[in-house]
Amino acid sequence: MQFAIPNYYTYNTFEFARVLIIFYTLAFMKYLHNIGTYFIMIKDMFRKPTKWSVLKTLILKDIDDLIIGSLGIVAFIAFFVGGVVAIQTSLNISNPLIPKYLVGFATRQSIILEFAPTFISIIMAGKVGSFITSSIGTMRVTEQIDALEVMGINAINYLVFPKFIALTLYPFIISIAMFLGILGGLAACVYGGYGTLEDYIEGVQNDFIPFHMAYAFIKTMVFAFILATIPSFYGYFMKGGALEVGKASTTSFVWTSVVIILVNYLITSLLLG
Amino acid sequence: MIEVNDLHKSFGDAHILKGITTSFEKGKTNLIIGQSGSGKTVFLKCLLGLFEYEQGSISYDGKVFSNLSNDEKTEVRSQIGMVFQGSALFDSMTIAENVMFPLRMFTKQSKSEMQDRVDFVLNRVNLDDAHHKMPSEASGGMQKRVAIARAIVNKPKYLFCDEPNSGLDPKTAIVIDNLIQEITDEYQITTVINSHDMNSVMEIGEKIVFLKDGLKAWEGSKETIFKTDNEVVTDFVYSSELFKKVRKMYIEENQ
Repeated sequence: MQFAIPNYYTYNTFEFARVLIIFYTLAFMKYLHNIGTYFIMIKDMFRKPTKWSVLKTLILKDIDDLIIGSLGIVAFIAFFVGGVVAIQTSLNISNPLIPKYLVGFATRQSIILEFAPTFISIIMAGKVGSFITSSIGTMRVTEQIDALEVMGINAINYLVFPKFIALTLYPFIISIAMFLGILGGLAACVYGGYGTLEDYIEGVQNDFIPFHMAYAFIKTMVFAFILATIPSFYGYFMKGGALEVGKASTTSFVWTSVVIILVNYLITSLLLG
Repeated sequence: MIEVNDLHKSFGDAHILKGITTSFEKGKTNLIIGQSGSGKTVFLKCLLGLFEYEQGSISYDGKVFSNLSNDEKTEVRSQIGMVFQGSALFDSMTIAENVMFPLRMFTKQSKSEMQDRVDFVLNRVNLDDAHHKMPSEASGGMQKRVAIARAIVNKPKYLFCDEPNSGLDPKTAIVIDNLIQEITDEYQITTVINSHDMNSVMEIGEKIVFLKDGLKAWEGSKETIFKTDNEVVTDFVYSSELFKKVRKMYIEENQ
């Protein structure tokens, strides 16, 4: 539907407002349509399952691509960001009344509560998310998805479900990120001369609340579901050619990140607020 | 046999198929021809169940597809082999794995039985040494042959080909045409080919359906297409000087 933008001869505030309202209503309807299609895709993901012998191979391949393949970058980032958090905390403590073990305490809290589950998930939205969108999108462009559908295979189950199962191992990555982040903080603190090993370890152990771990892993599981499904949605329902695969990957990264941030706020309000 | 009755399909305001009625016979190579934009691909995708249509019916051996339950539709689909225009091979699998894929999905055969069948069909399409190659390592003609092997590996009752010759050199195109016709004769399957390659029309068109603007403009065979007076068909098929001469010679020889 096209709307003529009124020129300055016929400019009318009410007409302009009407055009704006219709424009935003249509944009909103498009978002609603996408949300509806996304939930139908989620439903279809569990319908008409693929044969187990085939599914098993797909799950193992996706574990290799999505989990094992991400370990290197996650380990690298976690270790050095942990170090930076420790250095920043140490440099910002000038009051002699503040205990020295605060560096270890602050690093642990930052890493466990936010950095490992949320920040790593945003990085994974870029790494894993764009991989999922571009691989499924390329299958759409090259008619491989049509080939699956012609054979009578539930293409959504075949393509998305193994990724969802593979990403149930995502907490494993986050555990490693937590460990290496705290270790990176320790290395930076001790070898950089910002504090002693004893102070750092005391801080890491001090006032530990086990529920914080539960909170972090609940978030991680929800983020894993988002990481598996939103990029798949943008890949599966894309239209066009190679250029659109690139655009779909970018859009997928943006929306996966937005949803992760919003859900993070929601879960934090519910569980810790 | 596939029967199509009064098929209508629209995209928004664009009425693409405007009531097509025809049938595709078992054991014959049936060709759908027509200019770009005539509705060939939409028609083929409706036949395959990839597009839903607003009106009309498609029946496979007497069973109206839209009236079937989901399980029955899956059953019919498992009897369909499809060769896509771009081959649509799964690029994460080797050629042998691509061909084995329908067997893994729809049969309970042992691995050795599946391997034997894969060896047989790859041999049938003259690709004995390509088992471990990836699709990206195969030429266009090889990819088409792999796609044909994958389409026939599960012994389908219906074979659909969307422009199987596009992007191939004339010699390879004839090899692919002949292969499709041999397979159709050998296994007595209903083959439907979407094409605008006039060589294919003359070589293997045992039944030809000509579409124009979403309507069936003409129906016949490779023999009758030489004799037809239908201007719409002759304008399209004999648009080149070469084909005009061929037609003239054919008519003179047969008078």
